[in-house]
Amino acid sequence: MRVAGAGMMKRSAVSTSDTQNTASAVPTKRNRLKGNIMVVGCTILGAAAQMLIKRGTTMMPPLYDAAAGSVISQAPMIAWKILSNVPLFGGLACYGISTILLVLALRYGELSVLYPIIALTYVWVSILSVGLLGETLNVFKVLGLVFIVLGVAVLGRKDKNA
Amino acid sequence: MKTPLSSILLVLFASFVGSFGTVFLKAGADKLERTARGVLTNWRLPVGISIYLTSFAMYTVAVKSGELTILYPMVSLGYLWTLIWSRLIFKEPLTRNKFIGIGMILFGVVILNLGNR
Repeated sequence: MRVAGAGMMKRSAVSTSDTQNTASAVPTKRNRLKGNIMVVGCTILGAAAQMLIKRGTTMMPPLYDAAAGSVISQAPMIAWKILSNVPLFGGLACYGISTILLVLALRYGELSVLYPIIALTYVWVSILSVGLLGETLNVFKVLGLVFIVLGVAVLGRKDKNA
Repeated sequence: MKTPLSSILLVLFASFVGSFGTVFLKAGADKLERTARGVLTNWRLPVGISIYLTSFAMYTVAVKSGELTILYPMVSLGYLWTLIWSRLIFKEPLTRNKFIGIGMILFGVVILNLGNR
């Protein structure tokens, strides 16, 4: 009995240290902040991805020329048109990195707080669209962006009674 | 341009499906071992990403007919579904501020898209 008890204690000690290595991080204030900042990083990457993909698709020549033969005979040319489109690939890469960063961030806090922060992507895309694509802002757009930012700010706050 | 009901339902369904992608990413993140083997054998992550891609494909089909100003904000309903799964699956507290925050974000997205009209 004694031996079995000691063995169990030892095993539980090992599994505790395991969980510390593998499971999500301890929800300290510092870790929560870390998670929040990482998700904001995701939103910047996501906005960059959208702008690059937009650029990539507008500069993309028509993929398939019906007059020049079957799709199969044109396949190498089609593949090359996609592979050589640097902005398109850069954009997809940004999405990839953003997803990895999101997974790492999710270890540091609550899903219900971290995930809606992604909405900040709308803010960066709107700003970039004005700056780079020459789109204009109007009252609706500005009001919408203000509500999104305020919503993200409110979301993570603890209730007074909680 | 009128937005067909089928497009609206498909976008709603896509946002619902997509929220499970987030759930799998969170479950994978919680179980993440920081070794090459640990990352490669973490099946929850590829499942989550596949669900995301499926949801994205459904959305692309849906927006082929219909107004983006109506359909695009509906994607943000994913935040609401995610709030429900966070409570049911990960036992995260439902606070009043989470509801207010998500409500403000949804409102903001709708207004923003009205500005794009």
